[in-house]
Amino acid sequence: MARPGCSADYSGVVIQARGLEKRYGDKRVLRGIDFELARDAFLLVTGPNGSGKTTLLRLCAGLAAPTAGELEVRTERGRIGFVGHEPLVYRELTALENLELYGRLYRVAECRERIGMLLERFGLWDVRHERTSSYSRGMLQRLALCRALLHEPELLVLDEPYSGLDDDGTALLDRELEELRPRRTFVVATHEPTRVERFASSRLALA
Amino acid sequence: MTYLRDVGVLARKDLVLELRARDTLPAMLLFVVSTLVVFHFVLPGDSSDLAAAGLLWVALIFTALLGLSRAFAAEGEQGVIDGLVLAPSDRSAIWLGKALSILVFLGLAELVALPAFALFFGAVDGALVVGVVLADLGIAAVGTLLAAMATASRSRELLLPLLFLPLAIPIVVGGVGASVTDDPGRYVGFLALYDALFAIICWASFEYVVTE
Repeated sequence: MARPGCSADYSGVVIQARGLEKRYGDKRVLRGIDFELARDAFLLVTGPNGSGKTTLLRLCAGLAAPTAGELEVRTERGRIGFVGHEPLVYRELTALENLELYGRLYRVAECRERIGMLLERFGLWDVRHERTSSYSRGMLQRLALCRALLHEPELLVLDEPYSGLDDDGTALLDRELEELRPRRTFVVATHEPTRVERFASSRLALA
Repeated sequence: MTYLRDVGVLARKDLVLELRARDTLPAMLLFVVSTLVVFHFVLPGDSSDLAAAGLLWVALIFTALLGLSRAFAAEGEQGVIDGLVLAPSDRSAIWLGKALSILVFLGLAELVALPAFALFFGAVDGALVVGVVLADLGIAAVGTLLAAMATASRSRELLLPLLFLPLAIPIVVGGVGASVTDDPGRYVGFLALYDALFAIICWASFEYVVTE
C-alpha cells in the first residue's frame, strides 16, 4: 500500500514505523507502512483522498494508536506541533484567549511576547480581541498555525497546512517553513506536493 | 502543582465559554424549574414526602443529563479535544477541569431547584442538601467520562442517556435514601463511597477515552 521512501541514520531517528496498520472497525485505513524519519528531515506524505494521510499524521502526533505494527515517535508530546483539518480553537474565545490557553497548557515561557510575535507575523494582531467565530476559514488556518508554533515544537505534523490560505497566507507559510526547515522535523501531508516539494527530504506515497 | 494549575486553567475556560455562549446553564435552570412546576400539578395533594423526594431526584438527574449532553459540545463540534489531548499536561486534567465546571453548573441549578422544591413540596433539610452535594460529585465524575465517550460517537445524543442513567441508579438510591429516612448516615456513606470509587475509575480511564 505504501512505498517506503524514507531512510535515515538510526541514531537521529525521530519517527520509526514498522508494519504500521490502522483499522476503524472493519475498515482498514493503513496497512504495511514502514518508514524512518531523521531529525530535521521533512517527510512529504502524498496520496489521493481516503488513502490514509490524515490517519498517518494523527498516529504520528499521538492522537491515535496503531491497530498493528510499531510506531515509535521519539519526541515528547509537548514538543509536537499539529495542524489538522480543524483549527482546534474555541469559537467563543478570542484569538488571544485561545493562544493564552494553549500557552498555559504548554507552559510557554514569556507567553505573551511569543503570542504577540506570532499574531503579528501571521497578520492577526488587529483582530486578536475578536472571537474566532467571526474569523474566515483562512484566518482560522493562520490561527491554527500560530497555535501549532506557539511552543516552538521540535516535530511539526501538518495536514494540508495551505488549506484555506489566501496568497498572503500562503506566502507567510512558505516563509515560515523556509525559516524553520533547517531546525525542525516535519511530517506534511498535502494534495499539492509541488508547493512543498523543495523542502522535502523524503516522500511517502500512500495509495 | 502544575497539574492543579492545568485543571484550574481548563475549568476556568469552561466557565468563560458558558458565560459567553450561555447555552447550558439557562437551559438547565429552565428545565429544572419547569419540571418541578409540572410535578407540583401532577402530584396529588395528599402525596407522601417520599413521592415528592423521588420526583426531586428525577428532576435533578435529568437536569444533570441535559448539562452533560452539552459538556463536550465545544470540544466535539470544533475538534478542540485534539488540541487539549496534544498538550503535555496529564490528560486526566481535562476530565477533572470539565468535572469541576459541571459541578459548578449543577450547584447553580440546584441553588434554584432546592428553593423551588421547598416552595412547591415542603421543607429542605440538611440531609437532603448533603445528599445532593454528594450526588453532584458522583454525577460530575461519571457524567464527564461518559460525555467524553459519547462525544466520540456519532450517536452521542442517544448514547449518553443509555450509558449515564444505569450508572446513575446508585446515585438516585443513595440520594432518595438520604432525603427520606430517619437515619441518612448509611445512604450518605454509600454516596461518598460511590463518589470515591467512580472518581478514581474515571480519573484513571479518561486517557483511553480521548485517544483513538
